[in-house]
This record gives sequence, C-alpha cells and structure tokens, in this order.
Amino acid sequence: MSKNIIETDLNTVLSAQEIAEIDTELAHIPYKSGAAIDALKIVQAHRGWVSDQCLQAIAKYLEMSAEELEGIATFYNLIYRRPVGEKVILFCDSVSCWLCGCDDIKQKISERLGVDYGETTADNRYTLIPVPCLGACDRAPVMMVGDDLETHLDQQKIEKIFADSQQTDKGGQ
Amino acid sequence: MEKVLTRNIGSDQKPTDMAAYEANGGYAGLRKAMTGMSPKDCLDVISDSNLRGRGGAGFPTGMKWSFVPSGDKCSPGHKYLVCNADEMEPGTFKDRLLMELDPHQLIEGMILSAYSIEADISYIFIRGEYLVAIQRLRDAIAECYAKGYLGDNILGSGYSLNMYVHPSAGRYICGEETALINALEGKRANPRAKPPFPQVSGLWGRPTIVNNVETLCNIPHIIDRGADWFKTLGRGEDSGTKLFGVSGKVKNPGCWELPMGTPVREIIEGCAGGMQDGYQLKGFLPGGGSTDFLVPEHLDLAMDYNVIGAAGSRMGTGTMIILDDRSCPVGMVLNLIRFFAHESCGFCTPCRDGLPWTRQVLEDIESGHGEEEHLQTLAYQTRYIGAIGNTHCALAPGAMEPLQSALKYFYDDFQQHINDGQCPYH
Repeated sequence: MSKNIIETDLNTVLSAQEIAEIDTELAHIPYKSGAAIDALKIVQAHRGWVSDQCLQAIAKYLEMSAEELEGIATFYNLIYRRPVGEKVILFCDSVSCWLCGCDDIKQKISERLGVDYGETTADNRYTLIPVPCLGACDRAPVMMVGDDLETHLDQQKIEKIFADSQQTDKGGQ
Repeated sequence: MEKVLTRNIGSDQKPTDMAAYEANGGYAGLRKAMTGMSPKDCLDVISDSNLRGRGGAGFPTGMKWSFVPSGDKCSPGHKYLVCNADEMEPGTFKDRLLMELDPHQLIEGMILSAYSIEADISYIFIRGEYLVAIQRLRDAIAECYAKGYLGDNILGSGYSLNMYVHPSAGRYICGEETALINALEGKRANPRAKPPFPQVSGLWGRPTIVNNVETLCNIPHIIDRGADWFKTLGRGEDSGTKLFGVSGKVKNPGCWELPMGTPVREIIEGCAGGMQDGYQLKGFLPGGGSTDFLVPEHLDLAMDYNVIGAAGSRMGTGTMIILDDRSCPVGMVLNLIRFFAHESCGFCTPCRDGLPWTRQVLEDIESGHGEEEHLQTLAYQTRYIGAIGNTHCALAPGAMEPLQSALKYFYDDFQQHINDGQCPYH
C-alpha cells in the first residue's frame, strides 16, 4: 500500500510546465536518463533548489534510480540540494581575483550581510557561495549576484550593491 | 595587423547581429562550402592551414578531424560536433568575449566544422554562468534556422544540421573532452578511459569531435580565404592569430587579438601597459592556471606552442596571469591548488587524495607552520601526482605545473616562510 502512495505522490510532484520543458530536452536525447542534468536545472529554475521529493520525482520520470540522480545532482556546483535565498551570490575566489584582493572583498560581504560561504541571509535575500573563475579576469575582482555580473569590486561597490539590504550588527555570523 | 577573430568586435561592446555579421563578410565561408566544396575539401583546407586547438592542448585540428570515420568505414547513425565553451581555466576570459560579442562567427564555424566531419547534430556546451552568451547564442541560432543556415537542406546543399545550446551545471572537469561528453549524456563528469577516442566513440558511442570556441571561430575565415592566407598571419612558426589576455596588477588588463608568435613582452608591456605603479613583475603563468610559471628572463619569448613548451611551460589558453612582487607566490600556488583540489572529480586517488594533501602542506607553509621536510614532500608530490600515467586525466598533472615551477623559481620564498614562521608578504 505504502508503495502505491509514494508512486502516486511522485507522479504529481512535477508541474505540467516542468514536464513539458523536460520533454523538449528528451526530444533530441536517445535515453531518458540522458536528460538528468537538464531536468535538475529545469526544476531548479522553477523552484530555486531541488528537494528530496523533486529529486525522486525526476528520477522516476527519467526511469533511473534516485541514488544515481543524487550522485549526479551533488557532483555539480550549480545544482542546489538545499534551499537558497532569492539571489545566489557566486563569489569568484580564483587566482586573478585573489591577486586583485578578493579576500578583503569577501570579508566585506560577510560583514555586510552577516553570512559566510554556504549561508543564507536572515531576510532570505542572498545565499553566498564561492565559484571557480568566472572568466572576467580583466575586470577582477568579480562576482555574480543573481543573473548579474558585478565587476571591479571594491569596498564602496559592495556597499552600493547591497545598499538596500538590511545592515547586520554582527559580522560573519 | 589584420583583425580576424575580433573584426566585428568594437570598443562599444555591442553584440554583432546577423545583419552586421553578413555585412562584414559573414557566412561567405558557409556559402562557399555549401555551393562548391565537399566535406573532404573543407577538411583538407583546415589540415593545410596548420590550425592548432586553442583550448590549451594545441592539437592540430585537421588531424583530429581526420580520425572521424566516414563513408563505408562509418556505421550508420549520428555523428556529433561539440563546441567546448566550458571556459573555466583560472585566469581565462577569451571565449566569453567571442561568444558574447560575435555569436554568429562561432555558429558559422560550427556549421562548417560539422560539415567537414559530416556530423548532423551539434552542441554548444557552455558554462552555466555565461548567461549573456547563452541568450545571444540561442538568438543567433534561431536567426540561422530562419535563414536556412541551420536545419534541413542548408542553402540547398542537401546537408542538414541541428544545433543546441547546453548550459553546464558547473564543474571544471567538464572542460576535459570525455568528461564533457559524459556531462552531455547527463552523467557525472568523470573523464573516460582512452582509447576509444571520442573521434571514434564519443557522445552516445558515436563519432564525436570536441573543439574549443576560439578554434571553431577560426574555421569560417580559413574556409573563405584559404590555408595559405591563414599561414601568413603568424609571426613565428604557428599559423593564424590568437586571443591573448593579461590579468593581475597590470595597468590595462584585457584581451587582444595578435599574431601567433607575438613576444610576451609586447603583450604584457605593450597591450597591458606594463605593471601598475609600485609593482614589479615577479613571474607569470603564460596560459592559465595549469601552466608552469615563467619569469622576467622569458619576456622576449614568442607565444608559439613549441617556444613556450621549450621554456618549460605551455601556451595553454594564451591568457596570462601576472604574479607581482607584492603578492605571495606560496599564496598564489595555494589558491590554485585549492581550486584544483575542489574541482577534482574524485575518480582516481592521486588527484582525489593527493591534491588535498598538497593543499594542506601549502596551507601549513603559508600560515607559518611549515617545516623543512615540507619542501621535500612538495617536490615528491609534483613528481608523483604530476606524472602523466599516474592519474586518470590531465587535471592533477596540470595542477602540479604552477607548483613545480614555483618551487624552481621562488624556492627562497618557500624557504623564508619556513624560516620565519610566517608569510613575509603579510
């Protein structure tokens, strides 16, 4: 009985829109499991992250095991298996940004927003994550805030970008 | 110098649309090939041009293509052309420029490359963070379908090709061509054992060519204007032009198209304006984070694959990272090793366990807890992890390149950290 309930639940987790988008990818992929990464990204685009339930539903839809899909989901930097804030800050900590002082910028962001890597601000607006080289080294230091690339970062620019975010009284907590 | 790859890219940073691209000679190569050249003709021109892969390894493009089976040597089914747009080598920022500002040049290059190997499906495997490039490429592909440059029976030639953009979910190892193919198949991006090589058995077990963005962007011009013209562009032994970049504490960091064989000094002191006031050049990585350091005595070397190779490094992606005299060489190598340790796919032991070990030793030295024997440990690691054949792919050996050369050129800095019990740069 319990098996049926789980299967019924999993069949209703994904929205019609999500399934339609996954089907579009499947049109040029010879095996269903070949759309695993696409499907994870599609669901994440709609929901911000991939929950356990969504992961199981995707796995079922693509006729693969949830364990195999979990191995794929956790392999990639841009698949989030925990909830994230409204915008993800992808902070470049690679070599060119390091040479141009990104450690101090990271410290400034942590103090300003009260979060370290992997944490989400109390108002749920931002999640801070390090990212490998963003390919904008001539404009270092750089980061992405949501969909926007922010370049030539310095202390003043950080203040400006997060001007409307509430000031925290504790740094790096 | 005649600009080739960046001829449509102006200082206004505006993207080139279909009309502007065609007005400046765009898709002439495609028309020429579709109306009068066989796939073999195209392949021969590319082989004759001596074009070498611009992704880092410098493998001759025509030779790579020639391994793809054709005619009755190829079993029936799809063949694939994949553009490697997963630009993630630390310090590399050239493909972003080409894709954001002239997407049609890449697409024309891909159509011609796919035609040369008789592929019928093509993918652009692009970094998920390159949102602007993803959108512009998708728009440009739609324009191509509308004009009959993609889809069935391209320009009435009987040749058909479909093209898809596949944004990556993000891992450096996806830049390795067999790992990229696994990622395209929806799997973890562990590199595959070779042989079989992708040219014979790649995506979905079918013949597949993976080429870098910049390599593919050269193709339309070579097809349109010929191999001999392309060979005249280089200043040294290699053909064509190349995007060279400089980042770090220089006056004018950036990316410029220059002839192959341009001396390093012209790029760093000319284009990039030399060091910022108060900084001296201590060393540089000539082509991204996985290339060996070179030092000021190498400034007059030509940026050619073999010349930089003979000096003990690699031209890699051609985007240089400058180490200045006020930044710690141990700290810089630690930053790079942290990156490589994080990006290891975890498949083989020297990489999965070796790189975190190297990171730990470097962290100890940088934080003032280094001991004399650490230097022997690092030297051992560069030999053991750096030897091709000990690892499943080139990631860990690449990670050892900046370390082994830092130990060679900046040994005193390592020693001073250990002697002083602190980083002398802080």
